[in-house]
Amino acid sequence: MASEGTAHTGFRDSLRGFWNDTWGRLPPRARSLIPGILLLSLAALYPVYYDSLPTGVPMIQSFPSVSTGVIMIVFIMMAVGLNIVVGYCGLLDLGYVAFYAVGAYTAGWLASGHFQQVKFHLGSAGISGELQGIHINMWVVLVFAGALTALAGILIGLPTLRLRGDYLAIVTLGFGEIVPQFVNNGDDVRPGPGVFDLTAGSFGINPIDSPGFGQSLNESLGLPINFQQSFDRANLFYWSALALLLITIFCSVRLRDSRLGRAWVAIREDETAAAAMGVPLMRTKTWSYAIGAFFGGVAGAYYASFKSGAFPADFYFNISIFLLCMVILGGMGSVWGVVVAGAILTWLNQEGLANIGGWLNRETPLRFEVTEVQFGLYGIIIVLMMLFRPVGLIPESRHKRELEEGGLPSDTLYGERHE
Amino acid sequence: MTVEAQPEEPSPRQAIGRRRRPSVTSIIGVVFVALIVIWLLRNFIADPELFIEISLIGITTGAVYALVALGYTLVYGILQLINFAHGDVFALCGLVAYTISIDVLGLTADTSTLALIGGLLLTLLLVAAFGATVNATIEFLAYRRLRDQPRLTMLITAVGMSFIVSNISLYFYGVGFYSASDLIPSRSAFTIGDISLGWNKLVVVLITIPVLLILTWLVKSTKQGKGMRAVAQDQDAAAMMGINVNRTITFTFLLAGSLAGAAGLLFLLLFNMRYNTGFELGLIAFTAAVLGGIGNLAGATLGGILIGLIQAWNEGLTHWAAGGSWTRSIVFAILIAILVFRPEGLLGERTPEGA
Repeated sequence: MASEGTAHTGFRDSLRGFWNDTWGRLPPRARSLIPGILLLSLAALYPVYYDSLPTGVPMIQSFPSVSTGVIMIVFIMMAVGLNIVVGYCGLLDLGYVAFYAVGAYTAGWLASGHFQQVKFHLGSAGISGELQGIHINMWVVLVFAGALTALAGILIGLPTLRLRGDYLAIVTLGFGEIVPQFVNNGDDVRPGPGVFDLTAGSFGINPIDSPGFGQSLNESLGLPINFQQSFDRANLFYWSALALLLITIFCSVRLRDSRLGRAWVAIREDETAAAAMGVPLMRTKTWSYAIGAFFGGVAGAYYASFKSGAFPADFYFNISIFLLCMVILGGMGSVWGVVVAGAILTWLNQEGLANIGGWLNRETPLRFEVTEVQFGLYGIIIVLMMLFRPVGLIPESRHKRELEEGGLPSDTLYGERHE
Repeated sequence: MTVEAQPEEPSPRQAIGRRRRPSVTSIIGVVFVALIVIWLLRNFIADPELFIEISLIGITTGAVYALVALGYTLVYGILQLINFAHGDVFALCGLVAYTISIDVLGLTADTSTLALIGGLLLTLLLVAAFGATVNATIEFLAYRRLRDQPRLTMLITAVGMSFIVSNISLYFYGVGFYSASDLIPSRSAFTIGDISLGWNKLVVVLITIPVLLILTWLVKSTKQGKGMRAVAQDQDAAAMMGINVNRTITFTFLLAGSLAGAAGLLFLLLFNMRYNTGFELGLIAFTAAVLGGIGNLAGATLGGILIGLIQAWNEGLTHWAAGGSWTRSIVFAILIAILVFRPEGLLGERTPEGA
């Protein structure tokens, strides 16, 4: 925080004086909280001041719309979840998209008219009670989706977590490929004659209910009945996504510092030593899988509700790599790094690359469709990061400490190159 | 780091004399294999000709898989790296083979037989050289610098490289499909009973077998091949014995790349392909390598042909077959089952990785 550089001018001196006098006297807790609160209010008020933001900015042309903001937050949530598996525990998961799919389809099953043969309503907000299908309140469904995805994570984890390193990576990749194919082919899962439509095949399940607070809360507290039918739909989705993200980050940070989190880091740094110190490997790894999957499931269900549909075409391998790219770019294990990288990459993916490409094509003689090869760009990011800065943009503080103390083991994943 | 738990990494070739797995898993395995045999017998009895015809298709496809799988196995054997980019190098080679054979050499279905053979052989040589160059360049640019880093770093880099190579293909060739399957007539080369083998399939086998023989000779009988095996066992000891480790690894990548090139041409002759064909095929080929026992050349060939057969049976047989839309799931289920029940593969030796 206090890295002001050498002061030359009087202005700088006075600034430095102010800095030392005021900022330096604040209690350390406040010093760590104030920037966070500032950033948070900046993020929370984004839909309010979005309309007054300038358009036609050079390079990026326009600031991300509120809908893009929702998608950014959803992907940051998934990246934070993946960070638990890859960053904390050091298990390379190349099939995280499977968890996203499970979450999205859970929302599809529990909060849509997909199962026409039954009629079940449980606290559904703003939906006519006459509708067929299962309609459970979306907030409950989010928890359900997380739990079911965590269960899927455990099921995937149990047979595979005994494997080490690259074998685990390839098995997770396999699951990441099987799950989308299953949902794509799942329009008749009943063997023999007769049809039982589980996933609606390539059409996907839609529409999916949207979150809301129902009639009574609307009357007493003025909360919106149903986001989808509301006038400022995108803003409502944005704020509740932000709340979910805060919960996710809070859980992630607290978990990292917990006994379980320290066991994860111990496994990441040296599995054999961790086992020798009494860390139960299988159980600890399975927990990291389950918790990482939980957040992926919640984010997937929320995203499905935002898009009002779950489509098999959304769950392809590139998404897994995209999320992995966020974790690597941000710095494996570093929550804040992952948040920043997730925001940047998702924005690039949704709007940024197209805008920058358009700007380049207009302003420079360069003729290049950036969006066409965007995954090539992500590949370049991954390779360059691995070659030149394997710790990521904002390294995890633990690693920074290790580097400063010089007590870095020679072969950790995140260490500086030693030659 | 997880994978670097042991101070020195025992190589996959190092046999570890451990007892076999507990019997429950082997019983499950036996039951599983028995079910497959029953399924095949059922189909064979129902329609023997169809069965043999489909098996021939499977062997041809499997030969292509085997060539790609050998590339994975060679690199894994020497660096313990799953070279994700390999499949994409294969796809790029296939597309370049299209450019060379159709656009540059102007081969068509009407070209005289001799010119066709000459043209295809020339294409084979050029595209193998191209694949070798690309693969060795990837190694030089990225993997070499990360060799003393933990293996996960190199693995992530390989994933990134895979995306770069497939997007290079996308940039130059677009999203369209390319095929040269009409170059070689599919009329039957010979017929036994009612079963005939088309020329296009015969050509694949005719190219694959010499390539495999040359590869075996290179690895088993040449000095360079001996160096490869030494580096695979222990890089430091090999360096102390005067083996140029860097050159040996480059040679391995050259070899793997030229196999990818040959496979790319063959695939182009049989099917159609585009920029992202390499991803899925690469995964299938990797499964084949793991099935046979990764690091084992004969294993990769066997695994490739088995996967090719399984795919053809699944898509072609009429009784109790899941059909083409499930092929990928079946292949990955096999991969997962192999890794869980028999990580050393069919022909491989037990490695510490699996345990």
